[in-house]
Amino acid sequence: MKNWWKSGDPWIWLTASSVSVSLIVVVGLISLIAVRGLGHFWPTAVAQATYIDERDGKKSIIVGEIRDEENVSAVRLRDSGVKVEGERVTRYLMKIGNRELFNLDFRWVLAQNLKETQYPEKMTVIERREWGNFYGYVVSVKENDKVVSEGDAAWGELQTRLQRALKIFDEIRHLEKNEIGAINYGLEQLRLRKRRLELNHDTDPAKQAAIVSEKAQFETQYEQLRQQLSKLYEQINRDSFMMKVSDDRMVELKMAKVVGVYRPNALSTFEKIGFYFHKAWEFVSDEPREANTEGGIFPAIFGTVMLVFIMSFIVTPFGVIAAVYLREYAKQGFLTRVIRIAVNNLAGVPSIVYGVFGLGFFVYFLGANIDQLFYPEALPAPTFGTPGILWSALTLAILTVPVVIVSTEEGLSRIPSSIREGSLALGATKAETLWRTVLPMASPAMMTGLILAIARAAGEVAPLMLVGVVKLAPSLVLDGNSPFLHLERKFMHLGFHIHDVGFQSPNVEAARPLVYATSLLLVAVIVLLNLAAIGIRNHLREKYKALEN
Amino acid sequence: MTQSNVLTHSIDMNSLGRNESTLNLSNESICVEVRDLNLYYGNHKQALHNVNMLIPEKRVTAYIGPSGCGKSTLLRCFNRMNDLVDGVKIDGQILIDGSNIYDPSVNVADLRRRVGMVFQKPNPFPKSIYENVAYGLRLQGINNRRILDEVVEKSLRGAALWDEVKDRLHDNALGMSGGQQQRLVIARAIAIEPEILLLDEPASALDPISTLKIEELIHELKSDYTIVIVTHNMQQAARVSDYTAFMYLGELIEFGDTSTLFTNPGKKQTEDYITGRYG
Repeated sequence: MKNWWKSGDPWIWLTASSVSVSLIVVVGLISLIAVRGLGHFWPTAVAQATYIDERDGKKSIIVGEIRDEENVSAVRLRDSGVKVEGERVTRYLMKIGNRELFNLDFRWVLAQNLKETQYPEKMTVIERREWGNFYGYVVSVKENDKVVSEGDAAWGELQTRLQRALKIFDEIRHLEKNEIGAINYGLEQLRLRKRRLELNHDTDPAKQAAIVSEKAQFETQYEQLRQQLSKLYEQINRDSFMMKVSDDRMVELKMAKVVGVYRPNALSTFEKIGFYFHKAWEFVSDEPREANTEGGIFPAIFGTVMLVFIMSFIVTPFGVIAAVYLREYAKQGFLTRVIRIAVNNLAGVPSIVYGVFGLGFFVYFLGANIDQLFYPEALPAPTFGTPGILWSALTLAILTVPVVIVSTEEGLSRIPSSIREGSLALGATKAETLWRTVLPMASPAMMTGLILAIARAAGEVAPLMLVGVVKLAPSLVLDGNSPFLHLERKFMHLGFHIHDVGFQSPNVEAARPLVYATSLLLVAVIVLLNLAAIGIRNHLREKYKALEN
Repeated sequence: MTQSNVLTHSIDMNSLGRNESTLNLSNESICVEVRDLNLYYGNHKQALHNVNMLIPEKRVTAYIGPSGCGKSTLLRCFNRMNDLVDGVKIDGQILIDGSNIYDPSVNVADLRRRVGMVFQKPNPFPKSIYENVAYGLRLQGINNRRILDEVVEKSLRGAALWDEVKDRLHDNALGMSGGQQQRLVIARAIAIEPEILLLDEPASALDPISTLKIEELIHELKSDYTIVIVTHNMQQAARVSDYTAFMYLGELIEFGDTSTLFTNPGKKQTEDYITGRYG
């Protein structure tokens, strides 16, 4: 026994098991998120059954996707006046859609009251821009209120027309967002120019005339686009179709409101896989719909990545320069020790405190002053005196700068003095030695600092809520209108999106799988960013490797 | 360079040995003159005591002595590398070309361009061989590819390294052997055409073959540069140098031309060291 202790084996067991536990926890966490999140895109079969209502015993046809299952104690149900049998009862969460008929998208049903469950092949799911999913049977397709197809042929006709309508919708959106958007942006800039002239008491008639003529130009362009737009709207509104629902009622739906149609019960496995990838792609590339509970999360991905980039551009120079000063130029005495302690403590401050600081200092103080100085014509509407991506990036930069400083200092201290002496002996000044030899050799350490900074900042949500993140942003931070990068705009963020969708959405049941899917995406984005940074660091390490001996 | 025919009068005879014939610098021009040099480390430790010396131009001067006698310290004074050590205080003057290099108005980077140094352990930069040699030139703002090519080739030839590396100029310098790295460092130093070359035990970390190559190199370089070499290998000093200075505990004990100092040293301490009785 004693020999076993002495040989060091217990330590090996202890350390190995700690590593294993950590690995299991990480892998388990990611698998959980992955399984629940990725399952969101798989087409769920739509069931049609006869349901005996648990309260009044009435029979009705119920149609919907079975989303979740629960095992509850029968006593609880009996207490609420429901007649059930047995000790424990299974309940299903069914997504019944058809919001205009039933008022709720989701409904809990008792498994024992569901009879004659079938999965009819012709059951069609209509995904819509507003009002959620619609379940029913296609009866006929109409154009300008005239029936063009009915019966079985209607399904093919519906799909063809839908493709056409989606193309038209893309054109409409492009016209509205990009072209008319540019005109609106231009008009706004003209208004600001006019206001600035007023503020400067500049009554130069030439300038005023220029503004008027440009405005006229914009307005003619707008008129042209508006005509194009109304033609397109005419086209897209001509199609509609009739659907029959579970209780034999007929509902007419307009094609313009439809995003996709499919028959989940009739899909082959191959088609299901295709459908899966299509939905997954939609998830990462589309914009959100229906208060963030449907559609994609592309703006949130874009916002998160832009935030991290801007933050990196701010934190790296500051952190590196501060570290270089502390280690190379400052006299190593009491004051530098105090500064180092202060920097290290900065890393321990709770992030919400940074949010409050950012709000008070950056937004209300700096931002308001910038507005006074540079954007007086826009007042009282704030330009920079309001939360935005610049202030968010700055707040996160302060949050993570201690990490960059510490790891850069560490890297600088590892560079042998023989290299510095060699450079100085050739007639280089200290600054030249730093720039040409020392800093390049310390670049792997700088990248390490950046990686840690990205990892910390990409996951922070609390401070961002105060300084720039919103639930829904009308436009991206980067767009086609000069100056192209709009640092004063608010943005969407994956972390905040998870919080918002999970806890603030009106339809919690619809939101749950989305929360997992978004979490998975956030983890994936951070992993990708880190891998990129690690790749760069490894490349740099290779360059300067042989010196470590 | 200052011509000095009547040297002996301006130098303290005691520190240069009683035997006048060991020091006849009347035919040499003098490159460096050390006057009353004292060096203190912050905690009241004195490393150099009242050193007075002349370094002749375009000759090899060797410093020998036991470990800790101050020869490297003295060497590092010539290009003010001791300024990098915290708490160092220097009294006295070192005149290069007649002007004191410790004058506050002196541009230290300029000085170091004129006085090059090679260290004991080869310290090439983690760059390519080409970039190592071109480093000093780029510092001066010379970035023209053709000029750099020319100077790099000339320096590598001058360091007897060209034939070995001409096909791999853009490989990482750290992939070379120790002897090659040291010659690269010498090439790097002579690329900027200094007036004086300081070699601090350049071959002590190398094998005998590389050492031999370095010694041959020094012999060739002598015609273009003033060389001061610190070595603890007396045979090397005897082979390579024209003049030798023996130092002990921070004092210059004897300075004279090599053959005389080794065969007929003026002071007993020198003789004891050379014959191996101590140190």
